[in-house]
Amino acid sequence: MHKNIKFGLIIVVILGTLGWLAAGGISQTASYYKEIAELNKLAPSEKVDKRLRVGGDVELNSISREGRDVHFVLVQEKDGVKNRLNVVYSGIDPLPDTFKDNAPCQALVDGKLGSDNVFHATKLQAKCASKYEAKPVAPLTRG
Amino acid sequence: MENIGALAILLAFCFAVYAIIGSLVGKWAKRPFLALSAQRAVYSVWALLTSAVGILLYSLIKGDYRMAYVWATSNHTMELQYKVAAWWGGQEGSLLLWSWLLATYSAIIVFQNRRKFRDMMPYVVGVLMFTQTFFLILNGFVASPFKMIAAGRGIVDIGDGQGLNPLLQYWTMVIHPPMLYLGYVGFIAPFAFAIASLATKQPGDEWIKTTRRWTLVTWMFQTTGVLLGMGWAYAVLGWGGYWGWDPVENASLLPWITATAFLHSVMMQEKKGMMKVWNMVLVSSTFFLCIFGTFLTRSGVVQSVHAFSEGPIGKYFVGFLAIGITLTVYLILSRLEYLKSESQMESVLSRESSFMFNNLILLAGCFAVLWGTLFPVITEAIMGEKISVDKPFFNRVNIPIGMFLLLLTGVGPLIAWRRSSFESLKRAFMWPALSGLFVSAALFAAGIRSFYALMSFGLCAFVLITVAIEFFKGARAISGKSGKNLLVSMFELTHRNTRRYGGYLVHVGIVILFVGFTGAAFNQDTTVELPQGGSMTLGAYTLKVVGFEEGENENYSWGRPKIAVTKYGEELPMMMPEQRFYFASQTPTHEIALRRRLNEDLYINYAGPGTNNSNVILQVYVNPLVSWVWIGYWVVLFGTIICLIPSKTKLVFPRTEVVGMTSKHAGKPAQVGTNENES
Repeated sequence: MHKNIKFGLIIVVILGTLGWLAAGGISQTASYYKEIAELNKLAPSEKVDKRLRVGGDVELNSISREGRDVHFVLVQEKDGVKNRLNVVYSGIDPLPDTFKDNAPCQALVDGKLGSDNVFHATKLQAKCASKYEAKPVAPLTRG
Repeated sequence: MENIGALAILLAFCFAVYAIIGSLVGKWAKRPFLALSAQRAVYSVWALLTSAVGILLYSLIKGDYRMAYVWATSNHTMELQYKVAAWWGGQEGSLLLWSWLLATYSAIIVFQNRRKFRDMMPYVVGVLMFTQTFFLILNGFVASPFKMIAAGRGIVDIGDGQGLNPLLQYWTMVIHPPMLYLGYVGFIAPFAFAIASLATKQPGDEWIKTTRRWTLVTWMFQTTGVLLGMGWAYAVLGWGGYWGWDPVENASLLPWITATAFLHSVMMQEKKGMMKVWNMVLVSSTFFLCIFGTFLTRSGVVQSVHAFSEGPIGKYFVGFLAIGITLTVYLILSRLEYLKSESQMESVLSRESSFMFNNLILLAGCFAVLWGTLFPVITEAIMGEKISVDKPFFNRVNIPIGMFLLLLTGVGPLIAWRRSSFESLKRAFMWPALSGLFVSAALFAAGIRSFYALMSFGLCAFVLITVAIEFFKGARAISGKSGKNLLVSMFELTHRNTRRYGGYLVHVGIVILFVGFTGAAFNQDTTVELPQGGSMTLGAYTLKVVGFEEGENENYSWGRPKIAVTKYGEELPMMMPEQRFYFASQTPTHEIALRRRLNEDLYINYAGPGTNNSNVILQVYVNPLVSWVWIGYWVVLFGTIICLIPSKTKLVFPRTEVVGMTSKHAGKPAQVGTNENES
């Protein structure tokens, strides 16, 4: 029995440490998916503390650069209402090539909502219809 | 043409279904000819799928843009190799690649083993063709690569296609998907034999011996695939790193982890007859994680750079996984009696226990990665709120796991089987441990304060010294007897037991990989907006914008700042990162400028023009030791190939083996030792 207790203890210690690390990692980096409509209902304390993740369509021609910051507007339609969100991206990573506002494009931003209701994003992912697969448009036909 | 392709897939589907029914009914009704016809059906499936693939490739190269798939992934201006790579550049084509590789592997497996294992083969064929049927359903009815955007009379011409995504037009992307798929799909061989061995109640380890090479080769492909993906991300995506814990990267890592665990724990079964149930679980989880990886990549369940269009194929995968896992679990549970361990763990300080901890740690890592990847899905199901975790989570959990694995890499091979005393440990590990401590202390004195970096470098030294001692000791013994010099003796030593010494070389490769990973602790980066003539400094480098060029060709337009680089005042060649804009797909891409050196890489990405158009925005990274990641890979590859070479001397492991079962369920006695292909 002695041997099994030893094995058990070591396993418990290893898994315990990893579990503790994982729990810490989750609370440190967790970010909450929200819809734009939900953002306006957040309590002020939540705005500052929580890392949020918001997705939506990039409004056409809304991207503008100001030094290293990139401003744009995300739009999400819910129950027939178009909710808009002003976003400032100031992350370290370069903007993905797929991020653009001259074509229908979706973006997913990570960051915090400021008290001025501008979303300060530190990470950005973008997905466009044409990225991997485009929807075929009406092809050219002749004759 | 396209109708013939679609028809070939449809026929392949029929043959695959026939093969399942034929082999299983043939087995149960004892009609060997029916089972044999099922094996022939496997060859037919391969031939039919090969024709379908041929037609698709022909259309891609010829540019038959009436076909939706060709239109979406190919165009006139692409070079030939990218037209071929367009085969796996989209959803439908890559599923066809899966299917075709599976058919190819199946045909090889059946051909190799057609005279051996007559009782197991029907089940092997059953497993192979069951999976094949699933993929053929996708190919034929859900995501057909032969859909037309223009069909019927009167259509003579369709303009140019969309072209392959420019991000994928890079050499590693040409071979990354096939490599990874070769690894993913190949794991079906050990899995099929494991299932067949369970189904036929084999008490021995025939399935492990038969599939050892398969396992190694597929592991090698998986490693290659993962590393190529890293190389692509580093050289093309322009964010300065090679691993971002993206869901799809994770998906490719998961089966690799369990496959690595499996490669280690089968040794326990071969040599000690232990961990039999565990090996079954590992081989099955690896297989299902391979399918799961394809599912994650293809279905858009989680947000990712790889997420292809969200289609209906997700639910098919879920269905297949559910059926497959249920059947496997049921089979393992009903055969527990045949999987009893033949010996027991004797001591915490033993080779056995080091294997066990290696497995425990690998699986913990696998679980952590899986958990992190699926966290949004899990939290949404439980709490109704999607929560995602990020890089820091993965690093926090996986760095300690990596350290512990590294330690075991050094300890495992030297510790004695059964039990070991502190005395013998001291003898074996004194020098390696001292060198490890010395390296850490020296680096600490040199001013390095990152805890994990110190630990990692120390452990790397520790492992390297243990391996060196092993080689040296063995070689000295041979050289003492034969009088040959040490180098020749080392060669001889490796040749005598390729599996063991090849394994050590793989370990050395892993150590080198870790050296490369550890470099990330010292990464520096910055983003700046510079006017013409402006300059900036990062680390030892000073960058100055001295000019700008732009132009266009038929495929894309480009712009690139000219950057003069000096290091400690010494001038280096000009660097010119480039931004491109592809016309066909209307997407910009970035071609980074990269100066690779053994000690550090200088990595510059041109993000685009700044607020006023003459300014340029640069992202600059200094990444120490990254080159060692790629060097480590080549060593791993070399070691794996050594492992595959048959040993000069056949090794016999003394161990008691179960030769038959006394249980009332037991079938016929096993044919242990009849198969001579072990190396």
